Amino acid sequence: MAKLIGTGISSVNYPTGMNLGGDPTQALIHMTTTGTFVISLASCDLGQGLKTVLAQIGAESLGVPIENVLIDTGDTDTGPHCMGTFASRTTHRAGNAIIMAAQEARKTMLEIAADELEARPEDLETDGQGFVRVKGSPDRKIHLVNLALAGHFKYGKTVAGRGIFFKPNLGIDPETGKMDPDSTEAHACVVAEVEVDTETGDVKVLKLQSVYEIGRQVNPKLVEGQIRGGSVMGIGHALYECTEPYYPIPEHRPGGFFEYVLPLAPDIPQMENRVLEFPSENGPFGVKGFGEMTANAPIPAIVNAINNALGTDIATHPVTPEVVLWALDAKQSKA
Amino acid sequence: MSEQSLNVVGQSVLRRDGLSHVTGKTLYIDDIQFPDMLYLKMVRSPLHHARIQGIDFSEAEKVPGFVRAFTYKDVPKNIYTILCLIGVGPDEEPVLAEKEVLFKGEQIAAIVAQSEEAAIEAAARVKLDLEELPAVFDVEEALKPGAPILKPWGTNYFVYEGHHCRRVRFGNIEEGFAKADFIVEGCYEPKPIEHAPLETTGCVAKPEANGRITVYTNTQALYFSMDNTALILQVPFNKLHFVGGTVGGAFGGKVDVIVEPIASLAAMHTGHPVKYLYTREEEFHVSSTRVAYRIYFKDGVTKDGRIVARQVTSYADSGAYNRHTPYAATKHAANISGPYAIPNVHIDVHCVYTNRVPTSAMRGFGVTSASFATELQMDKIARTVGMDPYEIRLLNAYRNGDMRPYQKVVSDATLVEVIKSAAEMVNHPLGKRFQAMTSWDRPNSPAQPEPVSAEKRS
Repeated sequence: MAKLIGTGISSVNYPTGMNLGGDPTQALIHMTTTGTFVISLASCDLGQGLKTVLAQIGAESLGVPIENVLIDTGDTDTGPHCMGTFASRTTHRAGNAIIMAAQEARKTMLEIAADELEARPEDLETDGQGFVRVKGSPDRKIHLVNLALAGHFKYGKTVAGRGIFFKPNLGIDPETGKMDPDSTEAHACVVAEVEVDTETGDVKVLKLQSVYEIGRQVNPKLVEGQIRGGSVMGIGHALYECTEPYYPIPEHRPGGFFEYVLPLAPDIPQMENRVLEFPSENGPFGVKGFGEMTANAPIPAIVNAINNALGTDIATHPVTPEVVLWALDAKQSKA
Repeated sequence: MSEQSLNVVGQSVLRRDGLSHVTGKTLYIDDIQFPDMLYLKMVRSPLHHARIQGIDFSEAEKVPGFVRAFTYKDVPKNIYTILCLIGVGPDEEPVLAEKEVLFKGEQIAAIVAQSEEAAIEAAARVKLDLEELPAVFDVEEALKPGAPILKPWGTNYFVYEGHHCRRVRFGNIEEGFAKADFIVEGCYEPKPIEHAPLETTGCVAKPEANGRITVYTNTQALYFSMDNTALILQVPFNKLHFVGGTVGGAFGGKVDVIVEPIASLAAMHTGHPVKYLYTREEEFHVSSTRVAYRIYFKDGVTKDGRIVARQVTSYADSGAYNRHTPYAATKHAANISGPYAIPNVHIDVHCVYTNRVPTSAMRGFGVTSASFATELQMDKIARTVGMDPYEIRLLNAYRNGDMRPYQKVVSDATLVEVIKSAAEMVNHPLGKRFQAMTSWDRPNSPAQPEPVSAEKRS
């Protein structure tokens, strides 16, 4: 009996978006007299930080500080349609819709500033600090609050914009499967190192080293969080989690967190993550969707590492101690 | 977009709702209380497959605080399928079971009471007269002659535009196998998994004085859930008002539209706000799981490591009803050839019904299983031909300009770059030929885009 070390890799793709069935999402932007841009949506934040990254995309495309951008979402009476937060789609879809809406709002914003600054709109720029200014004359500038007040009370103009991202339903050829099931593809390669106890069947993931290529990062810390969170979920899927341990026998369903084994702090390995960025052709600022895939890639890397350690041919997950011991028995009886 | 012109995209701005989450200030569904709120609990099937002979509510009605029971007769459009909104059909899942139950835990009758305790007590006192029927749990058993038939159309599989499975056909599979030096076979079986969100699935439906219903919900898709609810209740879409957008963990488990229709129905009939929130046990026992698959691979490989043919027969276990699994099986079919350039591909993915808790959407939707199977198969191929696992992936990795088996030209591929970067990270040596590879090295490749580099960020 021994503790054996093994390494394994996986290299995977992940498609961005729900592409088969029509995939629209809208955004509306309006500026209030406080100089704040309200981005109205119906997209849901599941804990991944959606409200933060969409505010960043809004601020960037409007050219204003992020403090002047509010995300107003989660109400079907006020938010325009979003298909939903799934399919690694929402940063891509809502982000594109926000850019489109921002362009329309920005146009009126610059027109009002042009009147106030006695300049032509094409000679103006935003400084990202809350001012619109004349290019080359940084002193000739107007703050967003003054601009908003002038637009409303002096010129009678609304600063607003409408945006939509729409992937039409292109159908699937039932004979050949010809279809368009992605908007762009993100990629990852994960290397896992594991230690397997051949007496108990227990597997410990020692190290996960991951490279993700996800177009452009909007928020690198949130990207890092997504990779770490997904890696831990991948460990759970690879080693512990199952609703029917003797599937397809439907019995023995765990009924809560005391019976359903999830990775805990001591199960979290050393992690090293690297992000490559090749901006996509159609994502906002080159974004690719990658929310889901960070839980996919670790699973085969870990199981390949277990097979590498033991010389087995395990082809299921989770690889519980029982699965390990049966695989070792099968290997021995074959030999 | 040059890097210098970006101000805030690319910056690690502090997460806006983080402080609220970690200090317990964020409101979730269970935080919502109204003084006259009622509680809904479900009477569920204790059997995997049974005919419903009768339901007796007489003892339940005696529980103090009992308000009302609901059965399928109260639901205006009881039979539905969630993806009808994008044209998937036919309708096949009941909101509340009618003559038969197809899985243990299936919803049969809803009990509404003035307290959660009374609702639990009353639901427990409902007497079900059930005739147990033979059940089938294995995807391949379910397709054999003589298996109990679960669907009114007489089979246990979803029909894809006249076909019994989702097909992908590319190149010529027999010619591909003829060119192969090795045939590498495998069977991969990822098991069902629970989403395990911290916040269980739930909603509060509140009738308003103006006749509308406000539904506070933790759905991942507000309009999708609202539109399905309106169709089930047969009310105009604008009679409903869905509020949410902050979800305590979902992972695909909160797009099934199970709680909103019945809570809204109960609110309409009683005139009270109604809360229907899964217990932790319900979340584990009756909410949808990740799809379990059984995936058979037969690959033709040359002795220098090229995959020249891939034939896959895969069975997606949909459980008792569609939910999102017919769509997941299509996404699985699109991705089961992996991120590799394979000239001859033949794929059949069957979406099969069994007497198990329905499976549905979960993070990775049809691709988690595809990545699992293809990546274990890649290692098996590497062992068969005696190649390094990194190098065999680099050799077969798709490039920009290649054609995917579903007949779309690859344009955003970077698999070669992530593999080379990972090899460098872990100090795994690669042969010179492999080091020289890029995702833009095909004759018909588009130009390589300029990568973003950390140095360019301010």
